[in-house]
Amino acid sequence: MLRKVSLLAAALVLVAGPAFAASEAKKPADIAFSYEGPFGAYDQAQLQRGYKVYREVCAACHSMNMLSFRNLADRGGPFYDPKYKNANDNPYAKAIAAEAQIDDLDSETGDPIKRAGTPADRFPAPYPNAIAAKAGNGGALPPDLSLMAKARSGGPEYIAALLAGYKDAPAGTAVPPGLNYNPYFPGGLIAMAAPLAPDKVTFDDGTKSTVKQQATDVAAFLMWAAEPKLEERKQMGAGVLVFLVLFSGLLYASYRRVWRNESH
Amino acid sequence: MAWPFIAQMNPSADTMALASVEYDLTKIEPGMQVTINWRGKPLFIRNRTQAQVDAAVKDDGASMPDPQPDAERHKEGKAQWLVLVGSCTHLGCVPTVGGGDYQGWFCPCHGSHYDTSGRIRKGPAPLNLVVPEYAFLSDTKVKIG
Amino acid sequence: MSGHSTYQPKNAFSRWMDARLPVGRLVWDSFVDYPTPRNLNYWYTFGGILSLCLGVQIITGIVLAMHYTPSAAGAFNSVEHIMRNVNYGWLIRYIHSNGASMFFIAVYLHMFRGLYYGSYKAPREVLWILGCVIYLLMMATAFMGYVLPWGQMSFHGAVVITNLLGAFPIVGETITTLLWGGFAVDEPTLKRFFSLHYLLPFVIAGVVVLHVWALHVVGQNNPTGVEPKSKADTVPFTPYATVKDGFAMSVFLILFATFVFYMPNALGHADNYIAANPLVTPAHIVPEWYFLPFYAILRAVPDKLMGVLAMFGAIGCLFALPWLDTSKVKSMRYRPQAQLYFVIFVVTCWILGVCGGKLPDDHVIPHLKTFTLFDADLNSYVWLSRITTLYYFAYFLVVMPVLGLVEKPRPVPETISSPVLGDSDKKD
Repeated sequence: MLRKVSLLAAALVLVAGPAFAASEAKKPADIAFSYEGPFGAYDQAQLQRGYKVYREVCAACHSMNMLSFRNLADRGGPFYDPKYKNANDNPYAKAIAAEAQIDDLDSETGDPIKRAGTPADRFPAPYPNAIAAKAGNGGALPPDLSLMAKARSGGPEYIAALLAGYKDAPAGTAVPPGLNYNPYFPGGLIAMAAPLAPDKVTFDDGTKSTVKQQATDVAAFLMWAAEPKLEERKQMGAGVLVFLVLFSGLLYASYRRVWRNESH
Repeated sequence: MAWPFIAQMNPSADTMALASVEYDLTKIEPGMQVTINWRGKPLFIRNRTQAQVDAAVKDDGASMPDPQPDAERHKEGKAQWLVLVGSCTHLGCVPTVGGGDYQGWFCPCHGSHYDTSGRIRKGPAPLNLVVPEYAFLSDTKVKIG
Repeated sequence: MSGHSTYQPKNAFSRWMDARLPVGRLVWDSFVDYPTPRNLNYWYTFGGILSLCLGVQIITGIVLAMHYTPSAAGAFNSVEHIMRNVNYGWLIRYIHSNGASMFFIAVYLHMFRGLYYGSYKAPREVLWILGCVIYLLMMATAFMGYVLPWGQMSFHGAVVITNLLGAFPIVGETITTLLWGGFAVDEPTLKRFFSLHYLLPFVIAGVVVLHVWALHVVGQNNPTGVEPKSKADTVPFTPYATVKDGFAMSVFLILFATFVFYMPNALGHADNYIAANPLVTPAHIVPEWYFLPFYAILRAVPDKLMGVLAMFGAIGCLFALPWLDTSKVKSMRYRPQAQLYFVIFVVTCWILGVCGGKLPDDHVIPHLKTFTLFDADLNSYVWLSRITTLYYFAYFLVVMPVLGLVEKPRPVPETISSPVLGDSDKKD
């Protein structure tokens, strides 16, 4: 009897599971990202392209407070190089960091100064605080992007769809000033204007810079930013699962052996 | 003996020292609402259009869970200005402005509908949105708390 | 339990120790020689799995607390610090957050098993009630733990749940202020939740000891519901039960690891990766999945106070269960009608869980408008949860007492080891 119940429950999980996702906005199309699946890993070239889109487009308004330049050179990151075990030594991370001007205090006089960034510094924020960010964007606060790919249902697919999904509003939909129509955004009206355009970002690896390409690459980059340990996690998971399956097999054999003379 | 250990749970002295907030009303366009932080809770200041005021007054006699005429919910002669604690009286979520069946506020958590006077009209909330203590310092400046 | 101990100290030290503090004897009597019914099936392995879960949560929790900052300004960032900078921090945090869900999966199966085989009936009432106390403590701990990352769901979940207590007349407001330490959920609330979240697991561990103690006094129930009568009905705990429990734990860990390593956020909510903002409530606020059935019951009742009472009553029913069930037969294996109601009950709990995750006014069958009954369309989750809530309570308050009196059970075997002639349902 209980067995039937558990089968029924399992069937219900399969049926009801997807139904949990509430949907009023248009459903984002599925994208086959390289990091999906049990052995998935980030595509480094894609992360580099995505980083470029982030830096040249997104970073003008959005902060990314959780990330430091050194993270770019971490294992799995866009500029990881196995030669540099310590990410702080990675020349790319150093060069990118040095382009940033970081607020600091002069260690002798205590006066506020600007200095070139180091890999240990965080990504600089475009606005000094949330109020300034709001004021600079017509009252809408550009959210921090560090966790964006995990903080929206739909994740990177949603981000890619949203960025490439701007359209003219259908007849009958009033778009107030300061807002833009986007069918993927819940409610349809988003404060952010279409950020991407063909060839707005030039990719160093020669990839054709379409809106869709930029959107997909930056979505992958944001996924990496939100979940930088994904590769490590999946690799360890494979090992742990293999061990557990073997261990379970061993225990099952012992169980059969212990109980072989007992009716039950 | 046990009392100090229970009393320490209550609001501490600095929390009790409630700050009052002043707000310049000229920043709010008709029909718009601002949300400001007051004692850790959201506070709504809404500049109601005449149509919204009329809709609220018209319903004064309608049956509702917590009946109160619109006139008691704003300062005399300032019918356009509604100041409310933006915390749903059901379980404390923040209602969204302009939504719901009565075009006042709609609470997304459990579906409470408030009218343009902030009165509960439908849903599980038992009471109207709370009107805090406030005073007009001038025609364009209001002090809450 | 049986009074007579077979423990034989093997060397001088254990003899010396046994005369002073007989720990070895206790372990021997409880986990080695302890007679267990020979017919226990895999549904009986969740007790062991649950102790494993508790251990995992305590160990990972202690480690996380070494890196976590319990402050409104620092909590969210410190969790991300754990995820990004602490060595293996991501692993420990994902084990802890998914561990809570695993804990509840196991406890629900454990409870349904007890319900099915009548494990709450005399002489196991106290054992069952201690289990209910553990369940309550687990819910409190899980709730407070979910607040600690201080994301949007954490914050507004805390707002909603603490406001529940405000529904009680007169004392309600005093209680919520006392709980918050302010006029809203804020820094003081987070700090006390952290303190209690650290404390409660050890209280749980204490009640678990009582639970196991009570178990060893009355002995384990078994799928037949017939008490063991002779040695032929039982096997010693070690190696028979230990190896079986060990195998079940290992299989359970495969499920656990699949979540931790391959879908660590599947059971969580995206909004909790947004830092708490008291001024904006997420459009769709839901608790963690293990609270959804109770959340649905809360929302099913249109009155605030009655909704809160119904929610607490739903758990209260569990405490009263030993006295609500009037059946003389313990196990539902011999109660065909009870089986049917039980299956409906399990499905009901599931549907309530689904309803709890939906907006109340959403249509169950998409795009189908029926007619409005009282305050909502009949084809809405609020009505579905009302119907299922009704059955939830009817199961405990009507089916259990009445069915026990009117149902004619199938013949029950004399002993565990003697099968009943003509019993076709032996296999389950």
